[in-house]
Amino acid sequence: MAQTLLRLEDLHTQFFTGRGVVKAVDGVSLHIDVGETLGIVGESGCGKTITALSVLRLVPEPGKIVSGKIEFRGQDVTKMDDEEIRDFRGNDVAMIFQDPMTSLNPVTKVGFQIEEAMTAHNRFSSSAAKSRVIELLKRVRVPAAESRVKDYPHQFSGGMRQRAMIAMGLANEPSLLIADEPTTALDVTVQAQIIQLMKQLNRELGTAMMLITHNMALVASLCQRVVVMYAGRVVEEGPVEQIFTSPQHPYTWSLLRSVPRVDEARKDRLVSIRGLPPDLVNPPPGCKFHPRCPFVIDRCRVEPEPPLEQVATNQVARCWVLMSNVKEEDIAAAKTSALSLDAAKILKQDLAVAPVDEVPSNAGN
Amino acid sequence: MAVTAGAPLRRGVLPFIAWRPKGRTATLAVYIVRRLLWMIPVLFFVIVITFFLMHQAPGGPWDREGRQLSPAVVNNLNIKYGLDKPEWQQFLLYVWGAAHFDFGDSLQSPGQHVSTLLLESWPYTFTLGAATFLLLVPIGVGLGVIAALRQNSWADYTALGMATVFASTPNFVVGILLIIVFAIGLNKLTGGNFYLPTGGLPEPYNPFQVQLLMPVFTLGALPTAYIARLTRASTLETLRQDFVRTAWAKGLKGRLVVTRHVLKNSLIPVVTALGPTFAFLITGSFIVETLFSIPGIGRSFVTSIESRDYTMILGTTLLFAVLIALVNLVVDVLYVFIDPRVRLSD
Repeated sequence: MAQTLLRLEDLHTQFFTGRGVVKAVDGVSLHIDVGETLGIVGESGCGKTITALSVLRLVPEPGKIVSGKIEFRGQDVTKMDDEEIRDFRGNDVAMIFQDPMTSLNPVTKVGFQIEEAMTAHNRFSSSAAKSRVIELLKRVRVPAAESRVKDYPHQFSGGMRQRAMIAMGLANEPSLLIADEPTTALDVTVQAQIIQLMKQLNRELGTAMMLITHNMALVASLCQRVVVMYAGRVVEEGPVEQIFTSPQHPYTWSLLRSVPRVDEARKDRLVSIRGLPPDLVNPPPGCKFHPRCPFVIDRCRVEPEPPLEQVATNQVARCWVLMSNVKEEDIAAAKTSALSLDAAKILKQDLAVAPVDEVPSNAGN
Repeated sequence: MAVTAGAPLRRGVLPFIAWRPKGRTATLAVYIVRRLLWMIPVLFFVIVITFFLMHQAPGGPWDREGRQLSPAVVNNLNIKYGLDKPEWQQFLLYVWGAAHFDFGDSLQSPGQHVSTLLLESWPYTFTLGAATFLLLVPIGVGLGVIAALRQNSWADYTALGMATVFASTPNFVVGILLIIVFAIGLNKLTGGNFYLPTGGLPEPYNPFQVQLLMPVFTLGALPTAYIARLTRASTLETLRQDFVRTAWAKGLKGRLVVTRHVLKNSLIPVVTALGPTFAFLITGSFIVETLFSIPGIGRSFVTSIESRDYTMILGTTLLFAVLIALVNLVVDVLYVFIDPRVRLSD
């Protein structure tokens, strides 16, 4: 058994706005083992980033961790005092943010910003920190690292800035690196380089990684395990191959269907998940995904939200229906229509009259 | 090759044009010299505009209320000061003189050079303005930063409330209230010692004595409030930036997050605003100088306009133009040091 590094238990993080209480993270439980890479996927606004920020207790105002446990190596992060949490951030758990263009201080030298991450903690002496900056930049493959340390962020390209951010994250050799959409703001070729780099670092340093993304391809190439989140809840969790080959929650299925895959014939349409993630002030009753679900049954609307139940070895899902119980023809219908099953049935009748050309579109953003 | 042929050729033909100094200090020096040279055409146009606008104004320097000077006297005065010549000749003569740092004699203070008068009165204005500025920067910036860091606390509301009151109260109201309260109401307590008596300045003159407190407050209340509000807004905006979150995520101490990451960025626009504020303060305020009987340049400027003292008007305007241009230059150079993204173009 691998040793558990981080465990979230029934975490609730809420935002107290004028409109009402937004339940951004609504009872999330998950864990990461030492050296493991966990992917957290879901659309924008489903609570992925807030979950990550909760781990570092950096939830912005007016947000608050309301209840739940965040255990890191057995210590509850939510109960740490100011000095403990400060020393925890960047030292035990480091975080890389989405947009490298705005995540670096524009008026401070890049080298100093990395050095500062080390001098904030006691792992390296200030002279060791200085020399380690170049070493770190070399490790994340910044060319001419010796001279780039004296550069300012505006002299770095987007990819280079994200490398610098990763170097900063790795500075204190944290046991967990949280990467929040690390490649979203970068162009495709640079994305591939960054992914390659993160993969290698995880292998070489044994740093556990929590990868937050809506990019399924990124999850497939980097992660061992996946947590799928929807409306602040975990809806499915399991090993990455299992989730990709037999997703059980319709939401996971839709997410996977919404991106093109190289390894499949192009006979299938891309499925767009219609509508938007629910309003987290007033979530729908029953299963929160039911208004958008292509395989919705009455039970989903009427009964309280289904619990997370074991659906296969190491795989859990929160669904009454489960994809393994959906008939082939219904799946085919959902695929062709890219709409809900009800709408698809109506559409099927219409199809007899006139062919409808549906433009495939991407879910997520 | 064709691509590289141009450069050595140009350097060979016109070596002084192709020559560029190397290094940061040299670039800076060249930049400053260029900006100083640019002041010459700027000042020329300041003279053009002031000169002709001034002569458009009705009346002249010899007009008096009640009994007028006799035409013969006016004629003699006009000849003495060259006002009998056509306007364009007067203009050229003035520009020629100004180019030789001769700004003529004051029309209303016979026998006194404009430059002498300005050098006599400006130090009073400058010391008042500089003293105000020295208090304004720490108070305005400090209040703004504290208000931003403690947003929505009582400290924020107090600072913001005071800033709003002072930003919207004209200085003649502030000044007169101060006089009523301190100089008249509390006269027994203060011995009337809170402002300069109309009789003149005490000798030797010390700008930092207590007499300056009231004029400094009157002059500085509004710009301090303005700077405080600007600092607060700018700091609040910076606090929400991604790189500040990065700094917290690194585990930096709060004090370092604020000084290294927040303030280093949020104070850049404040420095930009402080330049014009300084220029405003050291060019004097007619109201403050009149209320507190300070023989400064702000008062003499308004008086010279009223009495159509043409040479004084031109001289004062030129002095103001030079001061403002210099302050702007200082701010632009400072920018290079506080914001690495700013590059001087040569």
